[in-house]
Amino acid sequence: MRFRAKIVDLACLNHFSRVTNTIAKLARTCTLRLTARKLYFILSDKVANGGVGMWCELCQGNFFDEFQMEGVAAEHNEIYLEIVPENLSRALKTAQSAKAVKIKLTNKHCPCLRVAVELPSLSSSSRIVTHDIPVGVIPRRLWNDFREPSVPDFDVSIYLPALKTMKSVVERMKNLSNSIVIEANLSGEMNLKIETDLVCVTTHFKDLGNPPWASEDGCQSSAQDRDLESMAEACIDIKKLQQLLAGQQVNPTKALCNIVSKRIVHFVLLHEDVSLQYFIPALA
Amino acid sequence: MPLSAQHPASGESFVLSASLDNARHLSSLLRAVHFQDHATCFATTNGLRVTVEAAKCVQANAFIQAEIFQEFAVQEESVTFRINLSVLLDCLTIFGSSSLPGTSTALRMCYRGYGYPLMLFLEEGGVVTVCKINTQEPEELLDFDFCSTKVVNKIILQSEGLREAFAELDMTSEVLQITMSPDKPYFRLSTFGNAGSAHVDYPKDSDLVEAFYCNQTQTNRYKISLLKPSTKALVLSCKVSIRTDAQGFLSLQYMIRNEDGQVCFVEYYCCPNEDAAEAEL
Repeated sequence: MRFRAKIVDLACLNHFSRVTNTIAKLARTCTLRLTARKLYFILSDKVANGGVGMWCELCQGNFFDEFQMEGVAAEHNEIYLEIVPENLSRALKTAQSAKAVKIKLTNKHCPCLRVAVELPSLSSSSRIVTHDIPVGVIPRRLWNDFREPSVPDFDVSIYLPALKTMKSVVERMKNLSNSIVIEANLSGEMNLKIETDLVCVTTHFKDLGNPPWASEDGCQSSAQDRDLESMAEACIDIKKLQQLLAGQQVNPTKALCNIVSKRIVHFVLLHEDVSLQYFIPALA
Repeated sequence: MPLSAQHPASGESFVLSASLDNARHLSSLLRAVHFQDHATCFATTNGLRVTVEAAKCVQANAFIQAEIFQEFAVQEESVTFRINLSVLLDCLTIFGSSSLPGTSTALRMCYRGYGYPLMLFLEEGGVVTVCKINTQEPEELLDFDFCSTKVVNKIILQSEGLREAFAELDMTSEVLQITMSPDKPYFRLSTFGNAGSAHVDYPKDSDLVEAFYCNQTQTNRYKISLLKPSTKALVLSCKVSIRTDAQGFLSLQYMIRNEDGQVCFVEYYCCPNEDAAEAEL
C-alpha cells in the first residue's frame, strides 16, 4: 500500500483546505477512501453516528499536482483509512501561504498520513512543518460497509433556498427546539417548522424549483403522479441540519434535497470539483 | 405570502396590532434589557414598554413609542402580558442579527388578548416566517416611584465617556460604588475587587459632562452583577442620565438613536445596598 500526493497551486490548496473544514464540521471520524482517480470522505449510517450518512467525492486531478497510489492488491487498487478529519483540516490551516504540501502514507510506528507543509522563508533553505496524523487502515473485508448509498426513492425533490437564509433561520430555531420539520412539495414550496410548548415557528420558502430527475429504468418513482401541492415531510435532529449548513463555506453550484416522507432527508450539495451528499434520518 | 394576506378577517379583533418596516428598531432595544428570560409587555396607544426585573432590586424598561411603528393600534386602554424575551428575540432576529445595509426584516405583530399567543409575521427577501409565542399571566412589577421632584443628584454624560469604564468594570468586586458630589471628585465610579480598588473620576467640567446638577454628596453601593447588564444599553446609546434620590435609588436613562435617527429610551432602576457602609474615597 502506497500513497503520496502533492499540491503546489495555492488556489487548489485553499480549496482542498475548505473541503476538509466542511468535513471536519460534519464528522468526528470518517473513512477516507483513495482510488487512482478520486478521494472520498465517507460516513456510513451506522447507529453510532446517530444514523447520518455522508458521501463526499473529489476528483484528485482537480486538486493535486501529483498523485500516486497503490492499493492493497492489483484487483483492489484502493485504500480505505479511518481518519479524524479535524486533524487534517488543522494541519492544512498552517498551509495558507505554503509553497507546497506533500501528503504521504507512512507506517513508522503506526500508520500515519504525513502532511509536510513547505513554508516560504527568508533564508535559502525552506521551513517545513510536518504533521503526522494517525490513521487506521480498514481491511478489505470491511469495505462493503462503505459502498456509495443509492439515491432513495424520494417523495419530493426540491432545490434548497439560499443557504445563507436557511442557515440563519435554522440557527435561531436551534435555540428554540431540538427537532425541526422539513416539508416540501413539487410546486417549489418548502417550509421549516419547529413546535414546542413555548413557541411555534414556521418559515415559508417559495419558487424554489424542483429538479428534474430522469427515472433510471423507465419506472415511475414515487415522485411521479404526485399531487403537486401535497407536502412530503420529515422531522429531523436540528443540530445535524445546522452542522451541515454551518460547514458550507462557499455557495454550492447546486443544492437540493430529496425527502422520503417520515423516513429520511437526502441533501446533495454540488460544487465545481466536489460533490457532497448528506443523509439525515427522520426522528423516531 | 404577502403580509397583507395575514391581516385578520373581519370579526377577529386584535387588542394589539403593529407593523414595523425594520424589525431591528424593536429587537435592538429589547436586547438592551435582555438580562432575564422573561419580560412584561405593556402596550397603550402611546406605544410599547417592555420591562425586565431581577432579584426584586433592579428593573429595566425599554420604551418604543407608537411613532416608531408604521402602524400601532391598541383596542383597549392597556394591554399587558408576560412573555419569554429570549424566545421573542430569537423570533425577531430569525433572519439573522447582522445589519447588512439595505436589507431589513419587516414585522407585523398581533395579539388577540388574554390567554392568546403573540403572533409575529416577519418577512425578508420574499421569505416569510410566522411565529406563535405563548404568553403568560403578567406579574406585579416593582414601582420605583422615581420622579423628578425627588431627584437629589443628576448628571448627564455622553455615553462614549462611560463605555470603557463599564466594559472594564472589575467583576471580582461585589459592588459598584457611585459617588456624586458638588465637590471633588464630582462623579466617581469605584470597585473593590480581588486585586484592589479602582476609581474612575469624571470632573464636572469635562467635555463629556453635558449637565451637572449635584446638590448633596452621596455615595451609594449597588450590586455589580445587577448593574453590569446595563452596559448593553450604554453601548447603544449616545447619552446617559444618572440620577439618585434621597434613599440612594439609582436611575440610569439611556437615549438611543436607531438606524433612522429616531430616538428611544431605555432606563434601568436599581436599589442601593442596604448596608451603606463608610465610603472609601
